[in-house]
Amino acid sequence: MIKSIGKRVVQTLIVLFCVSLMIFILLRIVPGDAVTTMMGEHANAETIARLTAEMNLDKPIYVQFITYIKDICTGDFGTSYTLNKPVTELLAVAFPNTVKLALLAALIAWVIGIICGIVAAVKKDGILDRLFMGFSLLGVSVPVFMVAMVLQYFIAYKMHWVDISGVKKWTGFILPAVALGWNSAGSIARLTRSTLVEVLQEDYIDTAKAKGLGRGAVILFHGLRNAMLPVITMMALQISSLLSGAVITETIFSINGIGRLAVDAITSRDIPLLQGTVLFTTVIVIVGNLIADCLYTVLDPRIRKGA
Amino acid sequence: MEELLLEMNHLKSCFFTRKGVVPAVDDVSIQVPKGKIVGIVGESGCGKSMTAKSIMDLLKYPGRVVEGEILLDGKDLTKLSARERRKVRGEEVSMIFQEPMTSLNPVVKVGKQVREAIMIHQKITKSEARERVLEVFRQVGISEPEKRYECYPHELSGGLRQRVMIAMAMVCRPKLMIADEPTTALDVTIEAQILKLIKELCDTTGMSCLLISHNLGVIAQMCDYVYVMYAGKVVEQGDVYTLFDHPEHPYTRGLLASIIRLENLPERLSTIPGVVPNLMHLPEGCAFCRRCAAAMERCQKERPGLYEVGEGHHVRCFLTEEREAAHE
Amino acid sequence: MKKKKEIVEELLAQTGENGSGQALESQLGESDTFKDKMKRMASSNKLAVFSGILILLFILLAALAPVLTPYTSEEMDLLARLSPPSAKHLLGTDELGRDVLTRLLYGARVSLAVGIVPTVASMLIGVFLGMISGYVGGIVDSVIMRLADVVLSFPSLLLAMVIMYTLGDGISSIFIALAITNWAGVARVVRSETLSLRETEYVEAARSMGVKDFTIILRHVLPNCIPSLIVLFTLDVPSAILSESSLSFLGIGVQLPNSSWGLMVNLGRTYLYNAPWLSLAPSAAIMLVVLAFNFLGDGLRDVLDPHLKDS
Repeated sequence: MIKSIGKRVVQTLIVLFCVSLMIFILLRIVPGDAVTTMMGEHANAETIARLTAEMNLDKPIYVQFITYIKDICTGDFGTSYTLNKPVTELLAVAFPNTVKLALLAALIAWVIGIICGIVAAVKKDGILDRLFMGFSLLGVSVPVFMVAMVLQYFIAYKMHWVDISGVKKWTGFILPAVALGWNSAGSIARLTRSTLVEVLQEDYIDTAKAKGLGRGAVILFHGLRNAMLPVITMMALQISSLLSGAVITETIFSINGIGRLAVDAITSRDIPLLQGTVLFTTVIVIVGNLIADCLYTVLDPRIRKGA
Repeated sequence: MEELLLEMNHLKSCFFTRKGVVPAVDDVSIQVPKGKIVGIVGESGCGKSMTAKSIMDLLKYPGRVVEGEILLDGKDLTKLSARERRKVRGEEVSMIFQEPMTSLNPVVKVGKQVREAIMIHQKITKSEARERVLEVFRQVGISEPEKRYECYPHELSGGLRQRVMIAMAMVCRPKLMIADEPTTALDVTIEAQILKLIKELCDTTGMSCLLISHNLGVIAQMCDYVYVMYAGKVVEQGDVYTLFDHPEHPYTRGLLASIIRLENLPERLSTIPGVVPNLMHLPEGCAFCRRCAAAMERCQKERPGLYEVGEGHHVRCFLTEEREAAHE
Repeated sequence: MKKKKEIVEELLAQTGENGSGQALESQLGESDTFKDKMKRMASSNKLAVFSGILILLFILLAALAPVLTPYTSEEMDLLARLSPPSAKHLLGTDELGRDVLTRLLYGARVSLAVGIVPTVASMLIGVFLGMISGYVGGIVDSVIMRLADVVLSFPSLLLAMVIMYTLGDGISSIFIALAITNWAGVARVVRSETLSLRETEYVEAARSMGVKDFTIILRHVLPNCIPSLIVLFTLDVPSAILSESSLSFLGIGVQLPNSSWGLMVNLGRTYLYNAPWLSLAPSAAIMLVVLAFNFLGDGLRDVLDPHLKDS
């Protein structure tokens, strides 16, 4: 078990290295001079020279890469030149907001998704099944910004239930979280249903029934425990889509989170900030997947002792 | 006459599919005396497993019992509520399945799975239940029971897993155990051990067993009474000696002939031509007539009834009926 | 030692029994050709059929946009700015008095193209790399799969954003960005199918007879992947459409004077409270197309490849 987890950690480290390499390359092969692109055509020569030196762009490419990796390892993502602050500091301010948003969204999405999925699987082909599955497909298909705007227009603007924007109190996070979780709830519901339906066909479900176990207990103890394995993988994968969605939700609801930082960085062509935000979110995703893998290993004894 | 434990009368179970109604079990009457082993034999798809699942109330949607009664100690199971039915399952009637690989929950320790079976029906503490499980593990011949208790199914061999299944079925000391092809998925040597175990358990505990198999050899070794099923119906029934020595129905004869015997190896393997007919579109007459070498004109138009030829020996065939009529 | 079950199977085969021993199921089972499966879907899943028709309708509307509307996409009616939906302007007008429905039809061209072109590209890349990875195995497999891991580690929108930054704005950049972000999922599916096919007896047989690897892939492996690929395609198109609209919504996708649904939503958002139709109409259009593709994909999956899980 420890061996397989160790192997997974090494793999993760390799992926991490490749990810930082990829970001490094992508942000430096911009056609034309990176600094000129960053500053626009009309920047004065002095600023350009200063920035070029600051970002080590005058040094050979391998030296640039080594300093870049060294900086990342020490948690130094450089200085945002538009906001004139260290990127690390900006991330530290923005990160808690994104975490609050994403966690609340995940909580809403997963609880609703799993419950709907179980009900649909148990009542397979019934009215509730069709209703929930239709709804979940709608959930998967609606763009995040649409949910956000519809919520903003009807709930906040027309009915004044919550503030239109601004997240001074935690209640301000509810609308953005619903908007963000909407998609995830749909896919979790669908996956829970399909795996549970499959698991309920298994022979050991018959065994459990033959023991005299009640229907509810069979579904919860024997069905769900097995059906949750793929759902957990899906949850880990959703960290990635939740962070993607957070970019849009944060922009619409003006939440000072990492997603909005990334958008600001792109529109103002702020390379250090963009590099920092993308690298940071990707690390979160990778670590999330690693945790899910370990969890999976603990939950499924076949993997734990097997290959 | 022996005292009957299970008496199934004119049971009919159907699957209601979109394409039509499939009568998987049709007018089947089976009697299991106390302490005896009764076998059901037939090709796959003939309704043996469905009969067992009807008794256990485990038919999957869209299948259900349509007619008939299932009397266990005089109590009609088909009339019980879902809750009462559940109490019967595991406590009075238990079942072991064909595939020990897939019949145990892969993510739960086997000891816990067996323990669960007692805890459902009896109010005892976990540690008492554990003691009982270990005792049953020893009874079914599982070595190092304490160690096996903590194992997951995939860590055990097929034979051990089937022993665990038997332990699970035995743990509440049921009156009847249904074994649905318990050895089909196992090695031949393990098969013999498991069969011996089942037989011993029946002898020592006075439990009855309904053994389902397609293997006539197994049936001959194990059973006191045999029912031969074909296309959802019983075509011949009787005690094991009569049936094997004087098979009447052409299907039973065909099955017996297709067993390879070492002492008289035939030049060609004897087979029954054709396949089991589609249950949804059964022929008008006898279901077996298209595969039957002795089929008469009558067989294509009428369906034969069960005809008694000797004590407890019934045959569903016009040939027998006409021969007996001629005798009288 | 021969397993009991195998012996039984052999015996059953001799007695004329069908080997799988699933007589009841084979009686209820359906035949297997592609045409039959499509027919089965057509009869059992009306929603999927309806969705297919809806998609064709959208494509037709986009293609025939100039014929269908009395306005052009840039035609301004300055006296009727931000006017709500009416008989004259079915979906109202925007801040410059342009007809929203007309712009929606023209925008459909870009949005549908962005759905289909990068998906085709990412499928080609994914199939190629996935098959090589699965069939060749070894170090090639590891390299390709780690590469896929890397791509899948990024939140897709952020990766697309970075690629857009590198390539600059423009529709062709979107094509490339989406193709790069989406190939990895396809490659994984194709790889696992190839792996399981490689172990099958007929591929082994072909290999033992000295058939070239390339021929085996082309003749045996590829055709077997096609059902999954059809399903993946119908499910990847809507996600590409969603990605494009997200990028354009953030202002880093399609740029003026071009137009797409996502860009319309972005531009209309300023007027959300006094002219909600400006942003909600294109949003609804996106939702409808995506929903239709998802319903169709679901229907196809049920009949073609029930083992392909939601992903």
